Amino acid sequence: MLTLEQVTKVYKVGTFGGKRLTAVRGVSFEVKPGEVVSLIGESGSGKSTVGRMILRLTPVTEGSITFDGVDVADLKRRRVKGYYREVQGVFQDPFSSYNPIFKVDRVFGMIRSAYFPELSSADWQRKLQASLQDVSLEPAHVLNKYPHQLSGGQLQRLLIARALLLDIKYLVADEIISMLDASTRIDVLNLLGELKARGLGVLFITHDLSLGHYISDTTMILRKGVLVERGPTERVFANPRHPYTQMLLDSVPQLHTKWSGGRSAPADTAEGENGVVPELVEVEPGHFAAS
Amino acid sequence: MSVQVDNLRVYYRTLRGDVQAVDGVSFAIADGEIMGLAGESGCGKTTLGKSLIRMDARMRRVEGRVALDHVELPLDDTRAMNKHRFKDISLVPQYAMSALTPTRKVGKLIEELLESRGVGFATVRPELERRLSLVGLSRDVLSMYPIELSGGMKQRTVMVLSTLLNPALLIADEITSALDVSTQKAVAETLVEFRDRGYVKSMMVITHDLAILYQVADSILVMYAGKLAEKAPAEVIIRSPLHPYTQLLISSLPEVGVTYEEQRLTGIPGRPPPLLDPPTGCRFRDRCPLAFDKCVEEPPFVEVEPGHHVACWKVL
Repeated sequence: MLTLEQVTKVYKVGTFGGKRLTAVRGVSFEVKPGEVVSLIGESGSGKSTVGRMILRLTPVTEGSITFDGVDVADLKRRRVKGYYREVQGVFQDPFSSYNPIFKVDRVFGMIRSAYFPELSSADWQRKLQASLQDVSLEPAHVLNKYPHQLSGGQLQRLLIARALLLDIKYLVADEIISMLDASTRIDVLNLLGELKARGLGVLFITHDLSLGHYISDTTMILRKGVLVERGPTERVFANPRHPYTQMLLDSVPQLHTKWSGGRSAPADTAEGENGVVPELVEVEPGHFAAS
Repeated sequence: MSVQVDNLRVYYRTLRGDVQAVDGVSFAIADGEIMGLAGESGCGKTTLGKSLIRMDARMRRVEGRVALDHVELPLDDTRAMNKHRFKDISLVPQYAMSALTPTRKVGKLIEELLESRGVGFATVRPELERRLSLVGLSRDVLSMYPIELSGGMKQRTVMVLSTLLNPALLIADEITSALDVSTQKAVAETLVEFRDRGYVKSMMVITHDLAILYQVADSILVMYAGKLAEKAPAEVIIRSPLHPYTQLLISSLPEVGVTYEEQRLTGIPGRPPPLLDPPTGCRFRDRCPLAFDKCVEEPPFVEVEPGHHVACWKVL
């Protein structure tokens, strides 16, 4: 179980780090195995910061992130490697996630030398084939190729395959399909669904409400670093309680229904602006909203 | 007919040969019409938009003509085009956030731009301020540097600036893609409002997002691999598309209300063909579930119902 408890992140900005910018404020949630949790927020809401803190790419200022009862921040050397065996991330831009002069095999080779040095070549090949199969890629189409020879969807799936090589339990998927074309993005999204069925826990970070609705079991809405609503996906979408969630839902362009009249005026009652984190109140079973 | 494009072919010159980015495209945009241009990345939609206003050095018009209010545009002659730009045809570029000169105050920048067209800033200023307030910006914007504005504010400033001289055609290239949903809605509604108020006669809205087009556009043109696949009123394209590409594309888009458990959506297998050496015949053939032997011939782009054009042998 991956648990976040009152996590806060303060960045030092400005010349010599003289200013403070609170990116995430008192965020608590958990991701269970076999569950897709989507974290939805607009740009600058701190959603990527949450993902980066879980992956230990940036330190937590206050609060704790625990994985199976162990605080992630306290891990040292060997234990860090052990953590990365179980928790991995995939990021937005597949074209810049790769070193352009490394062939795909070499990317996988680095995993092998770091994590499976004792594995025989035959076993490694079998493992590699299996994980490529899991992301429905034909090994002959992708191996021994440079990144520029592959499409965005293929690259993104290769990154997921790379994570799967490590027997991961949790995946942080940060906007993994926003750079993909409409005709291929849904396949990558379905892949997340299949991984979920195999017991993988996924934190799906996105700005797109319809994608979040399609794939996730639990939805969380993040606004200016503060969670304003959290609950089962169907409840949050059917019965949004926070004005911000309602505003977001009203603004989503739909394919078969037109926007209802009235120009959108973003509601400007920012919670937590002066350091106070609003309490999440349970409005119906399992569904919390900031009051 | 406000805008008439006839059999336009625009190729990119590269060392390995011509990239056929826009290959024989014909359509018309009526006065007061917002036409959406949709397609995947690399289908030639931005090239088509760019060739109507400014071809860069690598682009070459192979054939075809474009007329604006029955006057043919000198597309290849970048000097001759200059007198049409901004006045008759204007553009809101893909990254409007970075379109403003960072070292000029917004007001100064607009003044210089107007001077270059021989229009006095003072005569336009009241109208400019009226339009700024229409999109929710105060006149103080004019004395600010672009860095002082947020992304959404810059986007709206550029929209006001581009339409200041009431152009006959506005090309809006992916203007909503980098914005948050709430800002997206405001910007899209501004486009419609500008049309309704007559600031712009016709618009071409280029985006990969069909859902946005459905909200704002009167008609939608779908491109695939440099060719036109389908054109029809927005309602028809979304509800009863005829081209297999459009059908598959629309059925692959998740909406709020659709879930993975209840309704599994599927993508389109394969990827678009390379435009350096495109296949003959229908370019969607390799990915099309309906493809049959006739598809090795190129399907014509014909009107099958009033206002509904399709290029597919199965539909004819």
